[in-house]
Amino acid sequence: MIAEVGHYALILALGVAIVQTVLPLIGTRLRDPQLTAVAVPAAQAEFILIGFAFLALMTAYVTSDFSVANVWQNSHSAKPMLYKISGVWGNHEGSMLLWVLILALFGAAVSTFGKNLPRQLQANVLAVQGSIAVAFLLFIIITSNPFMRIDPAPFDGEGLNPVLQDPALAFHPPFLYVGYVGFSMAFSFAVAALIDGRIDAAWARWVRPWTLAAWMCLTLGIAMGSWWAYYELGWGGFWFWDPVENASFMPWLAGTALLHSALVMEKRDALKVWTILLAIITFSLSLMGTFLVRSGVLTSVHAFAVDPERGVFILAIMGVFIGGALVLFAWRAPLLTQGGLFAPISREGSLVLNNLLLTVACAAVLVGTLYPLALEALTGDKISVGAPFFNLTFVPLIVPLLIAMPFGPLLAWKRGDLLAAAQRLTAAAVVSLAVIIVVLALHQNGPWLAPLGIGIGVWLIVGAATEIAYRVKMFDASGEEVWRRLRNLPRAAYGGALAHAGVGVMVIGLVATSAWREERIVALAPGGSVDIAGYQLTFKGVAPRIGPNYRERVGTFVISRGGSQFTVLHPSKREFTVERSTTTESGIHNGWRGDLYVVLGDQLKDGAFSVRVYFNPLVRLIWIGALVMFFGGAVSLSDRRLRVGAPKRARTKAAMATGGK
Amino acid sequence: MTRKQRRGVLIGTCLVVLGLAVGLVLYAMRDSIVFFYSPSDIAEMQLAPTQRIRLGGLVERGSVERAAGTTIRFVITDGGKTLPVTFTGMLPDLFREGQGVIAEGTVQADGVFHADSVLAKHDENYMPPEVAAKLKTKGMWRGDSEAGGASPQATN
Repeated sequence: MIAEVGHYALILALGVAIVQTVLPLIGTRLRDPQLTAVAVPAAQAEFILIGFAFLALMTAYVTSDFSVANVWQNSHSAKPMLYKISGVWGNHEGSMLLWVLILALFGAAVSTFGKNLPRQLQANVLAVQGSIAVAFLLFIIITSNPFMRIDPAPFDGEGLNPVLQDPALAFHPPFLYVGYVGFSMAFSFAVAALIDGRIDAAWARWVRPWTLAAWMCLTLGIAMGSWWAYYELGWGGFWFWDPVENASFMPWLAGTALLHSALVMEKRDALKVWTILLAIITFSLSLMGTFLVRSGVLTSVHAFAVDPERGVFILAIMGVFIGGALVLFAWRAPLLTQGGLFAPISREGSLVLNNLLLTVACAAVLVGTLYPLALEALTGDKISVGAPFFNLTFVPLIVPLLIAMPFGPLLAWKRGDLLAAAQRLTAAAVVSLAVIIVVLALHQNGPWLAPLGIGIGVWLIVGAATEIAYRVKMFDASGEEVWRRLRNLPRAAYGGALAHAGVGVMVIGLVATSAWREERIVALAPGGSVDIAGYQLTFKGVAPRIGPNYRERVGTFVISRGGSQFTVLHPSKREFTVERSTTTESGIHNGWRGDLYVVLGDQLKDGAFSVRVYFNPLVRLIWIGALVMFFGGAVSLSDRRLRVGAPKRARTKAAMATGGK
Repeated sequence: MTRKQRRGVLIGTCLVVLGLAVGLVLYAMRDSIVFFYSPSDIAEMQLAPTQRIRLGGLVERGSVERAAGTTIRFVITDGGKTLPVTFTGMLPDLFREGQGVIAEGTVQADGVFHADSVLAKHDENYMPPEVAAKLKTKGMWRGDSEAGGASPQATN
């Protein structure tokens, strides 16, 4: 019963979404306030209906209702409750339902909190959101209905893929989707502005918080996925340049560029046309990510051709929205007036450089991701484009951006003084050079570029601190004055500096673990030991253990250092009986120098086990850096100026004047 | 600086960065792309021992043997030709005889494929797509419809 009600709610939501798309568009054309006003309650109703459908599916999962095909395929009565719930989005149908739920949530947020938006703009935005919802609801109802029944109902389910039964992965898709779908806000605002043929700084002030929120969630989602891959897949790696990863990384790069160009638009009324285009590109990349992951095209171009229904459907959605938006852009963008002249050396200039490098780097990732697909479709040749390609293309494009990063915030708007900025950064440069020299002295045998990489990370962190120090006149004013300035500095300034410093922290982690990782693969009999990075691991043997829905063989490794034992690690091999598959649980010791990472392998002929041991120096900094970036975004989002709406611009300006700028 | 000069600087910078990117991509395309072959393909061509490739097929039943330490030897077959493989390290969880596998490495002068990585996805019904395609052309495809388990794409 609950499944049918959910299905019905979904169909009703489709109807409401159609109303939400059509009536407000007519209303804004005819200047009919009543038709225009339909958008607000329609968006709220759509959210309630999709939310209801989602809860219905979740109920079916929680109560293990195996007469619902989707539940039967992806759940099992013995599965822990957390994974029964996360199983809702651990499969194709459920994850698409989550996708539209988040879309509807954003729409409802605009209709509820957007009371101070111009009516016309709000209605157009909601109409565009509604049209995206129509497309994806049709997709779900026609090709991916999660409420399909099977008769007779099986006795028990087939279980969820065991590698997905993990806390980090339970929350990875929701964050990723909030990121992906959050960029639909920027897209809808862009298209609405194009429909109106009018755009101003207030537009950017509205788009930026939504983009920022989406960007934060995407950052966290990608970091969670990478963290999961690191400890769950047993390879000790954190990023594989896999097409699925690239699919989430490309919107992130474009979204980061969008955040920065929206800043120029908000503050200086410049780069309007580019910002609109970037908003369209960012959401297009999100749609492409959905297409790549959901169509089966990544498994093989042929798999896509064999079961074309879903793939072609999403491809059509992509074509309509991207093509439609670009045509609208080509037609209407010339109407948008350009404003705000600036010199090449200025804050605007530095943000243009940021956008240029980010979008070009994003394009390089796009080429590497799509080239194998294109080649296979055209010639039938199968190739793999892996890490070497991206290291050769992405890294050289992103390093200049990292080096230039601390300069940007120190340049004035309109016309900046590069020399003065360089002088302020002297301290940062000296500290970075000192660190490079120390690292070179400590690691003479490693790759010679690595110390420079560490130096860049330090440069970013100290550079971010320099910006704050400069803005509060840390060394030029009295203590009282500095304190006053510290308190009055807008939170967005702290947030930006924090996010930039987070990038530096991440760079240090990436460089250190890539350059100085140690690895041993040995055959160990119980009692045997292996040395790595100053640690001694002694293998004590393997014991069986029973988990809630798996059996495992747990190895015991005593770790000692300098002769004294200080911890015990338990890597294991889990056999999931229902799903008939095996997973590797690595044993990880987190020390301040880095992670000691132990994986238990197969038993060899002579009774020994193959054991893989890694030492990953400073690897945690990668995810700590991502967290710092997330919090930087959160601090910036909490800035009062971002929450103040368009009609209150006068007060905003007053607030800015006293804001110690 | 006039408006024209400003525009010139902007366009110039864009062109420089784009040119750099195109150059990097073309250079990387030449050197860091790995082609995928089956044992039959390899039998027909002369590969230099320095050329890295991906080799795909099924692990021949009864062929897996452990040598000293963690070195493993096995044979990859595509139904037609076979190729012996040697690999030192730890095999993925789902490496099994009779299952699809992809190995990356080089063919040495002795005719043995020296793999430095072996891939098998975390799904027991999963067949590397390249392997499935090759097997289909060889008529050895058994179909993947027995258990309607989660597709490998369900991870995201």
